[in-house]
This record gives sequence, structure tokens and C-alpha cells, in this order.
Amino acid sequence: MNDAWLIILKRDLLLAFRRRSDVATTLFFFLIVSSLFPLGVGPEVAVLSSIAPGVLWVAALLAGMISLNRLFAADFTDGSLEQMLIAPQPLALLVLAKILAHWLVCGLPVVLLAPLIGLQYALPNDALLVLVWSLLLGTPTLSLIGAIGAALTLGVRGSGLLVALLVLPLYIPVLIFGAGAVAASQHGMSAQAHLSLLAACSLLSLVLAPLATAAALRISVE
Amino acid sequence: MKINWFKYSSPQTFYPLAEKMIPWFAWLAAILAVAGLYISFVMAPTDFQQGEAYRIIFVHVPAAWMSMVIYIVMAAWAGLGLALNARLSAMMAQALAPTGAIFTLLALVTGSLWGKPMWGAWWVWDARLTSELILLFLYLGFIALQSSIDDPRRADRAGALLALVGVVNVPIIYFSVKWWNTLHQGSSINMGAAPKMAATMLLGMLLMALAFWMYTVAVALMRVRCIMLERERSADWVKALSLGAKS
Amino acid sequence: MLMVQGLACLRGDRLLFKNVGFELNAGGLMYVLGENGSGKSSLLRILCGLLKPEEGGVFWNGKPIDLDTDIYQADLTYIGHLNGLKDDLTALENLQISARLAGNQVDDAVALNSLAAIGVARCANLPVGVLSQGQKRRVALARLWLTRSQLWILDEPFAALDTASVDVLAARLGEHMSNGGMTIITTHQEVTIHAQSTQTLRLSA
Repeated sequence: MNDAWLIILKRDLLLAFRRRSDVATTLFFFLIVSSLFPLGVGPEVAVLSSIAPGVLWVAALLAGMISLNRLFAADFTDGSLEQMLIAPQPLALLVLAKILAHWLVCGLPVVLLAPLIGLQYALPNDALLVLVWSLLLGTPTLSLIGAIGAALTLGVRGSGLLVALLVLPLYIPVLIFGAGAVAASQHGMSAQAHLSLLAACSLLSLVLAPLATAAALRISVE
Repeated sequence: MKINWFKYSSPQTFYPLAEKMIPWFAWLAAILAVAGLYISFVMAPTDFQQGEAYRIIFVHVPAAWMSMVIYIVMAAWAGLGLALNARLSAMMAQALAPTGAIFTLLALVTGSLWGKPMWGAWWVWDARLTSELILLFLYLGFIALQSSIDDPRRADRAGALLALVGVVNVPIIYFSVKWWNTLHQGSSINMGAAPKMAATMLLGMLLMALAFWMYTVAVALMRVRCIMLERERSADWVKALSLGAKS
Repeated sequence: MLMVQGLACLRGDRLLFKNVGFELNAGGLMYVLGENGSGKSSLLRILCGLLKPEEGGVFWNGKPIDLDTDIYQADLTYIGHLNGLKDDLTALENLQISARLAGNQVDDAVALNSLAAIGVARCANLPVGVLSQGQKRRVALARLWLTRSQLWILDEPFAALDTASVDVLAARLGEHMSNGGMTIITTHQEVTIHAQSTQTLRLSA
């Protein structure tokens, strides 16, 4: 039964592998956005390191968001989504597999790249470590919540912009806790509380988001 | 044979009922507003710290209350519509959204008007104002999603799901913003402590809140009537209505 | 047994059909006929549970399909007007994935056989994106040689097929019905399919 879950995960990873350039686009976007800020605010180390947590997190947020419309759109147009809907498997589980694949392909690379960019922003080592942890705990939530928005806007005109409008306000807690964690460690405080809250958000969305996404897909495929 | 009880809450029977209810709520809103404004501007004492400027809270606080209440009521209607497949519920949710957004905007504008004399800035990143701003985004997202889906049934159901997701998130957002605010020690508009709450002031606010509430009901009913006519333009009862109007 | 009662379907504010009802028993074939826009595809989607009807219900072995969804879906194969194929995967990969999603494990040889049955064995290791419209359709239809489900719902399966493939598919459908299967089909073509009982549902716009 749970076999189907793995099939979808493998299939999506295989598809991403055959379209590697798409993955690179997300990463490249993250890189560009976070490189724009020093050009905008100037290269003073003190300023850069004070805005670093927020900038890196916002960049990660946006990178996760622009890749969202790829989550279901292709399956929707070629009909494999409706086959998933009528498969004798729990839809929420299949959806979770798709979200996991999306995170592995679009989220994880950002997490891994972030410390490099953190160096450009003169973040100390402790803060870099916390940055990685916060992204590791927080970006799954972004993919999970984003999936609801992507499912709701399937096939709607202007869905790319609409998904931003729907999803970004819901990303705010993750942004606050994530950037807060890095900032706390910069100021020599413990980031424990922030990271725990990020983990809590992840768990909550892990339980609720696949169900909501499955419901949204049923609505959108009608 | 299964009886569909929700047929009785069908647009066809609700349309004339709403028409009868609107003037009642509208008049109630007007009377409550006059009484509320009288208390707020005439009876309530001048604050010894803030002078007359504080009187904006008689609009600001009830508007902020209503913006939250309407979101919850909207989500409740939407959820009901989703669960029971009742068209009228979804229409109510759709009709409430613009009013909710307007109250949110009103709370934001009055909040910043109040902030100017108090803190010398039009905008402070205070927890309440920031939460209001995010609430406005949630309303706008709901409205944008509904208006960009052509099929009304899909629009209803997608909007309902979004409203429910929003309602789950609102407490989390509110908590996170508060947490963020205390960490950054931003200035805070503290409603409880700023002017000492005299009984008359509380009464004024309550009356204004009730007036806003009645206004919301009246306006939502008006809007829901328009939505009904638009949605059901090919239904027999709407055709009969328009024929009756012509003859 | 599939039983359908009093179905009505509304798209936008247009009523496509109402009071559609029928029963389909083991070995039965049903043609759904009607002009373009009469709601044939919508009816099939309702029967699959993809679309909620405005009124009425669909029952599989006496139970509403939206209650015992998993059981119904295990008994159902639906091929809509979209092929449900991934352009970046090969025909073989596509076929195996869809079979496993439907709950049957299929090895390469069996999958190849089914591709061969409808004459697209040559394309087995080509990405579906490079195939022609007719070849894609045949890869999608190859699922019918793998599935063990009892109820097949096919939306214009003969469209874009050459005459040889049409005959092969018709024979496969006949075989399915003689094994006690059921098929609901929409088509514009005159195709002879053998079944224990044949009925026709005509939707008028």
C-alpha cells in the first residue's frame, strides 16, 4: 500500500533529475536575490551581518515560492494528477511524497548553499550553524504550506502571482522564527526556543498540510 | 428518499427574506452609531495625557475587533458551505470578505493616525498593527483567489479551504508577531493601559462595535443578494423576478 | 454492479444533463453518446469520482462511491482524454509507474508484452515526449493489458488510433467483457465490440 508513496517520490526525483536545469534555476534565484542586498545597502560588514538573517531567510522564502507552481502544474496538464486522484491510495500520502520530492529538489539545495552566502555576509561560525539548522527545520514547512497554495491555484489564470499572495502571509511565522534564531545566535543568545518553534511549525504542517492539499487538489481538478 | 434540509436555506427563499431584514439592520446600525459617537465625542472625558487625539480609538478598536470577528465568521460560513455543500453559506462568506477587508484597512489607517501624535510616526511596527496588516493580506488573498476562478462552485470551495487554512494560521501568526515584537522591543500601543478605561469609554466602544456589526450584517446581506442574482441568473426564480419587475 | 441514479451536472450556470440513471452489470458495455459539449466527459468524470454531481449518486455494489472510495478505485480503470503520461519518462517507465499506482507490481517483460499487444513495443525505451499523438495514446491504452480492475471507463479511446489498433483494442475490450468486466465508453467511431449486453446512453445538449 505504502509502496505507491515511494513510486511517486522516485518518479518525481527521476523527473527532476532529467530536468536538472529547473533545479539550478531555483538555486540561482536564491543566489542572485541574496547577492543583490549588499549592492543595495553597501558593503559595511556591520550592516550586512545585522541584516543577514532576514535577508537570507527572505531569499529562501522567495526561492521556495517561485518553484511552487512546478509542484502540480505539469501533472495537472498531462493528466497524471487525475490518475493519482483516482488511484486506490490515500491521496494525502501521495501528495506528501510529491512535497518531499519538491523539498529535496528545491529546498535542500538552498539549505546547503545558505552557509556559503552567510560567509559573504560575514556571519560568524555559530550563526552559520544555526542558519543551517533553522533552514533545515523551517523550509519543509514552506514546501508544505506552499503546496496548499499551489493546489488551490492550479490552472487559474495568473496563478504564479496569486500563489505568492496566498502563501507569503502564511510564511510569516516561519520567517520570524527562522531569522530570529540566527539573530539570537548572533547576539550570543540561545536559539533553542526559535528552533523548537520552527520544529513545532513543521510538525503541525506535516500533519495538516497534506490533507488540506489533497482537498484542494480535488477541488481544483473538478 | 433523503430530504435535503438545506434546500430551505436556498437562495430562492432567502432572497426576499434578506430584503426585509436589510432596513432593520441598517437602522439599528445608524442608531447605535449615533449613540456611540455621542458618547465617544461628548460624554467621554478628555484624556489628560493624550488630549482629544485618543478619541480615535472609538473607531480604531471596534474596527480592529470587527476585522477579526468577520474573518472568523467568514471562515465559519465557508467551512459550513464546504462541509454541507450549501450554496448560500459560500455566498455569505464571499459577501463578508470585502467588509472585513475594509474594517481591517480602517483599523490600519486609524491606527496610524493615532500613532502620529503619540509616537511622531505614521507607522510603528507594533504587534497589533502588524497583525492587522497580515490580516489584510489574508483578506486580499481570499478575495483575489475567489475572483480569479471563473467557475463559481470551484471558487467557493477553493476560497473556503483557504479561509480555513487562514483561520488555523491566524493564532500562530499572531503569536509569532507578538514574540517578534517583544524580542525587538518595538513600541507598542497598549490598549488597556494607554487611557484609563472609564466605564463611559468602554460603553462607547461597545456601542460602536455593535453599530459596526449591524452595518456588516446589512451590507453583507445587500451584497449576498447581488451575488445570488448574478450566480443564479439562469434559474427560474431569477427569471420570474426580472419578468415581474418589467411588467 | 454499477448503479447510477438521478445524476445532474452543472458547469458554470449551464445545466449539462439531469436525471441520468442506469445500471451496468458484469459483462455489460455501455456507450455514452452525444454531441460535443453535451457532457459526456463530465459524466465519465462523475462516474470516476473526480467530479461531484449537482444531484444524484453513483453506487458500486450498492455502496456510494464517495464512501468506499478505496474499494471502488481499486476496481476502476479510467483513461480520460488526457493520457496521464510524463514526457520525460520512457513508455516503459510510464506504464510501470501507472500500474504500480493502481496497485499491481509489473516486471519489465509483462509491461513490454502489453506495449507489444497494441504495437508500440518499439517505443518502449523512448521518452514519451518524442512520440506521435497516436503512439502516446497507445502507450496510455497499454494499461488495459495490465489492469485487473473490473470497471473500465474510457473517454474516446479510439480517437487518434489507426484501424489496426482500433481492432486490437476492440478485441481487448471484448475479452474484458467476456471475463465479466464492464466498460463505459464514449466514441465517435463505429466500432464493433462484443459484449454480453450492450446499452446506449444518449445525452442531449
